[in-house]
Amino acid sequence: MADAAIQPKTYYRVAAALMGLLALTMLADALPLGALHFPVAMGIVSAKMLLVVLFFMHVKTGSRLVRVFAGAGLFWVLILFALTLADYLARGNWPPPPLGP
Amino acid sequence: MAIPAPPSRTRRPDLPDTVLPDSAARTRVHYLNDGRTLKSWLLTTDHKRIGLLYLVSITVFFAIGGVFATMMRMELLTPLGDLFTSDVYNRLFTMHGIVMVWFFLIPSIPTTLGNFLLPLMLGARDLAFPRLNLASWYVFMFGALFTLAAVVLGGVDTGWTFYTPYSSTFSTSRVFLVTLGIFIVGFSSIMTGLNFIVTVHTMRAPGLTWLRLPLFVWTTYATSLIMVLATPILALTLLMLVVERLFGVGIFDPALGGDPILFQHFFWFYSHPAVYIMVLPGMGVVSELVACFSRKRIFGYTWVVAATLGIAVFGFLVWGHHMFVSGQSIYAGMVFSLLSFLVAIPSAIKVFNWTATLHKGHIYLKTPMIYALGFIGLFTIGGLTGLFLASLAVDVHLHDTYFVVAHFHYIMVGGTMMAYLGGLHFWWPKITGRMYPEKMGVFSALTVFLGFNLTFFPQFILGYLGMPRRYHQYPAEFEVYHVLSTAGASILAVGYLLPFLYLLWSLRYGKPAPDNPWRATGLEWKTPSPPPKHNFDTPPVVVEEVYDYELDEHTDAV
Amino acid sequence: MPTLAPPAPEDRSAADRAATAEVPPRPPSGAVLAEQFDDLDQQREADTLGMWVFLATEVLLFSTLILGFVVYRFLYPEAWHVGTEHTKFWIGSANTAVLLTSSLVMALAVHAAKEARWKAVTWLLVGTAALGALFLGLKGLEYYLDLHEGFWPGAGFDVGGPLRQQVELFVVFYYCMTGLHALHMTIGIGVVLTMAILAHRGTMRGHMHVEMTGLYWHLVDIVWLFLYPLLYLAGG
Repeated sequence: MADAAIQPKTYYRVAAALMGLLALTMLADALPLGALHFPVAMGIVSAKMLLVVLFFMHVKTGSRLVRVFAGAGLFWVLILFALTLADYLARGNWPPPPLGP
Repeated sequence: MAIPAPPSRTRRPDLPDTVLPDSAARTRVHYLNDGRTLKSWLLTTDHKRIGLLYLVSITVFFAIGGVFATMMRMELLTPLGDLFTSDVYNRLFTMHGIVMVWFFLIPSIPTTLGNFLLPLMLGARDLAFPRLNLASWYVFMFGALFTLAAVVLGGVDTGWTFYTPYSSTFSTSRVFLVTLGIFIVGFSSIMTGLNFIVTVHTMRAPGLTWLRLPLFVWTTYATSLIMVLATPILALTLLMLVVERLFGVGIFDPALGGDPILFQHFFWFYSHPAVYIMVLPGMGVVSELVACFSRKRIFGYTWVVAATLGIAVFGFLVWGHHMFVSGQSIYAGMVFSLLSFLVAIPSAIKVFNWTATLHKGHIYLKTPMIYALGFIGLFTIGGLTGLFLASLAVDVHLHDTYFVVAHFHYIMVGGTMMAYLGGLHFWWPKITGRMYPEKMGVFSALTVFLGFNLTFFPQFILGYLGMPRRYHQYPAEFEVYHVLSTAGASILAVGYLLPFLYLLWSLRYGKPAPDNPWRATGLEWKTPSPPPKHNFDTPPVVVEEVYDYELDEHTDAV
Repeated sequence: MPTLAPPAPEDRSAADRAATAEVPPRPPSGAVLAEQFDDLDQQREADTLGMWVFLATEVLLFSTLILGFVVYRFLYPEAWHVGTEHTKFWIGSANTAVLLTSSLVMALAVHAAKEARWKAVTWLLVGTAALGALFLGLKGLEYYLDLHEGFWPGAGFDVGGPLRQQVELFVVFYYCMTGLHALHMTIGIGVVLTMAILAHRGTMRGHMHVEMTGLYWHLVDIVWLFLYPLLYLAGG
């Protein structure tokens, strides 16, 4: 693992890319994107996360096991989000009618 | 170490339960007598001793939870609320639930048998992080302290589910202390789970491939995954509950713009998988027992492994079936209902595979096997009644009735508790170096089975007839079922008291146990009873698959 | 041992030297093997996996909070808009840049640790901690401004006019999310500084401790990467 270590040059490039993405986020915030703001911001942050995880956290050169557990965390987040939001998206009665006196 | 087969008394040779006194065992240094001071126990990093620390602790909590249950059953003997006020009764069932779920059932098999057996079954010297293991016990006790303090200071009355906004805004009981206690205990759960996962991945003996692992290891592993992936959600949910309670903000309070159903989503995202934390290790124990006392390989080993992992993953997809009538979207309800039916498949695979293992086996009805057979029957009833509750329409009728109470007690008490006791008897010789009295064992196992069914079967009928849970008064027409249930509970209490007494007795007066009294397979039996501090005198190498019982028949013939 | 020579012999007190003399011969990497493991590879694998499992629990912990935030964002889009308008965009953005830089420095520290350049490790770790402290300082400044503007849930809360109650919910989540993150940052700074001291004293055994600290640091960074657009950006 240590043999195939990522070199500092790569770290600098990744950091530059991350800063670029940050600038892009700030730019997108100023643009009139309307409803697209949220998906764009989430897309950029996912890219940032991927860069940090793969390079800074060495998942790119890490063992298969580490990748599985890094993925498992994300997968479970996905379950949590998907099924909970499924309820809210399908509910259609928000805000609920006010309670009686 | 070869045990000479005893002279055959019956048609077929019995398992050797009579053993020549092993004088060497008294003088031999093993994990129990290597250091006798209190300090050597409280600061131990030996997984076997930590398992025993947990065993003592959770036995105490089981007794406390049992006292609450006894008081409830006494109150319910008559239709009138003659012993306690509704307020006291609310506290009783809440504390019964909290103590039993978080301080007994969830830690039960993993932290006692799991701690003791996992490294032995893997052929390792200890868990991957022994100090973390000890820390998890201290964290557990620390969290328990808060909860016990809350009990002394008046208890909590929200039900073990802490539904908001009652728990956050209206209840005047000790919600903060109890949630803090559970929050802390959650960390202990995570520590144990993390330790087990890493141990199974990295500490297996040479030759011990994944498909040679005992099923108990597989289920403990799957349980650990659930502990690690579900407990953080509970921790954060309780934290938000506490924030809401302390600062008077409305995260889950509809009067302040919050949504109480969001709390239920979070709570059940943990608490439904938590049911599998309770029952999966039991399934592992039963797999070991069924194979050993049928003298057969587990039927369809790979399928049982797949079902174990399947339950662990699918268990996370079904939490919404607790919320069919609480205002969740009906479409989400349909999806959760369907997914709940799907999780029945891997559970059924397990039951079929145990049954198929019994088929044409040489069945020995020793105490652990009686518990195991009890588990299979009761778990099947508990599982099938779960399907009633997973059906949207039927659930409207049965929700929050005694049918639900009976259903989950069949899984948790009929399932987990039977497996726990079965496993405790099975590995008792290995843990303590002493045999328990077999006749007493069989008698009390049958008592537990009888008492359990008498307690909880009438509750299915009660629930079907419409008796809601959590009430201490009821119409006179329900009295006969409640009387039956209370009668059963007293038999059950005797059934639990007996093993407690004779197992203690056996520590001093029990026959010294041989290394492998059941002639079972598995690495834990290849080391002396009780094991030396470092488990194995020579590091084991595995060359065969687990449950190699077929060979055993030849030995019988000789 | 020689390849690992900690800073400079003259830095070390006599007591230190005596202590080192007691230590049994170590394998070349400098790491000490715990008794439950067979070899260093096994130990390294166990440590790494353990850390990742722990990180998975952290991910789920923060995700629950974020999910709550997202649910209410979906239910109360207007109030959430008021909330994100109110948070200090420039402080949030600056803090993102600070944390990204700290992650770079941390990655370099881990790299130096693998090459056993302990002096470099010490300074890189101090740099990481300093950037972390800068982050907390900016965060504190923002809290100060927020409080000054009545951006705190409670009886007197009055931001957002008719949406007052819903904006208050945003504020609750804002403090929970940033507060929990700041707690993790504080713990992280403490651990990083401890590692820096160990590296400086030359009592560091192998690079695993620094590497594990790095993983934790990067994860806390990632959490912030998600909090930033959610709390500070339009439509967040």
